[in-house]
Amino acid sequence: MTFALSAEQESKFQEILARYPNKMAACIPALHLCQEANENWVSEEVIAFVASRLELSTAHVTGVATFYHLFNREKPGKHQVWVCHTLSCALRGADTVLKHCEKRLGIHVGETTKDGKITLRTAECLASCGSAPMMQVDKVYHENLTLADVDRILDGLQKD
Amino acid sequence: MLKRTTYLSHSYGKPDAHTLGNYEAHGGYRAARMVLSTMTRERAIDEMKAAHVRGRGGAGFDCGTKWSFMPKESGKPHYLVVNADEGEPGTFKDRTIMEQNPHALVEGCIIGAFAIGAHAAYIYVRDELHLSKERLWGAIREAKERGYLGRNPFGTSYSMEVYVHTGAGAYICGEETALLNSLEGRRGEPRLKPPFPAQVGAFGCPTTVNNVETIAIAPTVFTMGGDNFSKLSALHDWNDGGARLFGVSGHVKNPGIYECAVGLTLRELIYDLGGGILGDGQLLAVIPGGSSCPVHRADEIVDVPNNEKFAPYHGKSFLDLPLGVDTFRGAGSMLGTCCAIVLSDKADPVLALHNVMRFYRHESCGQCTPCREGCGWIERILDKIVQGQGTVEELNQIHEIGSNITGNTICAFGDGAAQPALSFVRKFRAELLDYIQTGGSHQTRSLTV
Repeated sequence: MTFALSAEQESKFQEILARYPNKMAACIPALHLCQEANENWVSEEVIAFVASRLELSTAHVTGVATFYHLFNREKPGKHQVWVCHTLSCALRGADTVLKHCEKRLGIHVGETTKDGKITLRTAECLASCGSAPMMQVDKVYHENLTLADVDRILDGLQKD
Repeated sequence: MLKRTTYLSHSYGKPDAHTLGNYEAHGGYRAARMVLSTMTRERAIDEMKAAHVRGRGGAGFDCGTKWSFMPKESGKPHYLVVNADEGEPGTFKDRTIMEQNPHALVEGCIIGAFAIGAHAAYIYVRDELHLSKERLWGAIREAKERGYLGRNPFGTSYSMEVYVHTGAGAYICGEETALLNSLEGRRGEPRLKPPFPAQVGAFGCPTTVNNVETIAIAPTVFTMGGDNFSKLSALHDWNDGGARLFGVSGHVKNPGIYECAVGLTLRELIYDLGGGILGDGQLLAVIPGGSSCPVHRADEIVDVPNNEKFAPYHGKSFLDLPLGVDTFRGAGSMLGTCCAIVLSDKADPVLALHNVMRFYRHESCGQCTPCREGCGWIERILDKIVQGQGTVEELNQIHEIGSNITGNTICAFGDGAAQPALSFVRKFRAELLDYIQTGGSHQTRSLTV
């Protein structure tokens, strides 16, 4: 299946290109845009698309896509949950939050629930140390978490 | 000396903190207008030098001096790049600026870009900070509509554009040359220096990379005058001027960001601002400015004999040494980002070290062998130690591995990974040995209190 952008996404793509003196610099923002347009993952088709539009080799784009953690090389769940487990969060109970998520969702870190709704991950420091423990759900931060908060958030995602 | 200030944080917590209306009600954009309409580049750099703004990203290099390294006429475009890849464990100050005072950063970009002869600034924001990116784009749009950016900002002929660029999840991109590679659409691997960014930076052009807070404070510097700003600091005589954001997290009652004049001490940060130790424990240790700094035990003293400048502090508690770039460097520590991580004595320092070293193993970019392999070795040794299966020989190897990483890598990440390892194994050897000899039976084996 070939990958293509909608008209609206295409205009965003043009907006990105206009910010830089050359096309290569658009590589990371373009991969973000295409990832979002492709159910949150970077497929071989996405790589080929970005490479051809930016006049780069597919090897270059693959190199970029595999360097950065936030480019998914496999399709994740509908929602992505990242629990920060770096020191400041760990000192405030990140481990309990993480174990609670695993138990509640019935999966381990790195896995996706059977219904394809939630992928659970750990994150390294998300710059939210003063409001630990915390987790990021898709694009939103949830801070100063209690286990009741975690239940409420995961409930919402499972119903969605 | 504890002296609260509100230059950056005046509107923190207010619902309209991020808007142009609120920013202008606090005198916003007057400094940029004044700089672009009345100053020369040289004059702007001199003003920043007089302010003694030491880089807020961790290295503490003087901002005005860094600006002065940019060539006068290179025949190429110049760029200002703002490092907003905040990801140093324990550090969460830049995010508050981008979310709650984004116009200070945009105005700072105008001033900074002018001072280095640039007409474009890129703010490199880590991808996870979605609200920061949204607020910055919003601020850029508002400033543009008001005629503060674009072809003729403030009616002058000095064109100016500010863009937000996003990363995609890599701590190493906070290293300035890795950041430049990432901005150019490459893998975020650090570059060899020289050439330095002031000669060959973004897109092969002269570039200055500054931290968010360093740039966001520029409007305050130009409003007050550089010398007046510098003198806010108790360390003005140490060429460490002004006010800055201090953070405290971990085992304190009131974690958060506090803006104060430079010269605050760790004791004031932990007890007066942070509200003291969480739970019923006592202070065990503190990492002063992000996890790449050495850890300090609560009972450490400042040991700098035969140095006149350290005479007031020598022999006294480390907690009473003012937080400054050169005070900390001189005392064998590192100030870093001024965001302290606090450990209670109810928490286990061996597990804290294990957590920190997992972070560095995970984030090493893999380019240099000592760092790529060394971080992995240290983590694996600690894996064994915390499971009660380590040996004294392996513990001693951590010293050797850490020393072999230090100074032997392209970028400072290696030193930043070795520093916590070496300081923890020196200062918590008894606790590590207890894990080796008794499986940690005398330790709390918990990070929480």
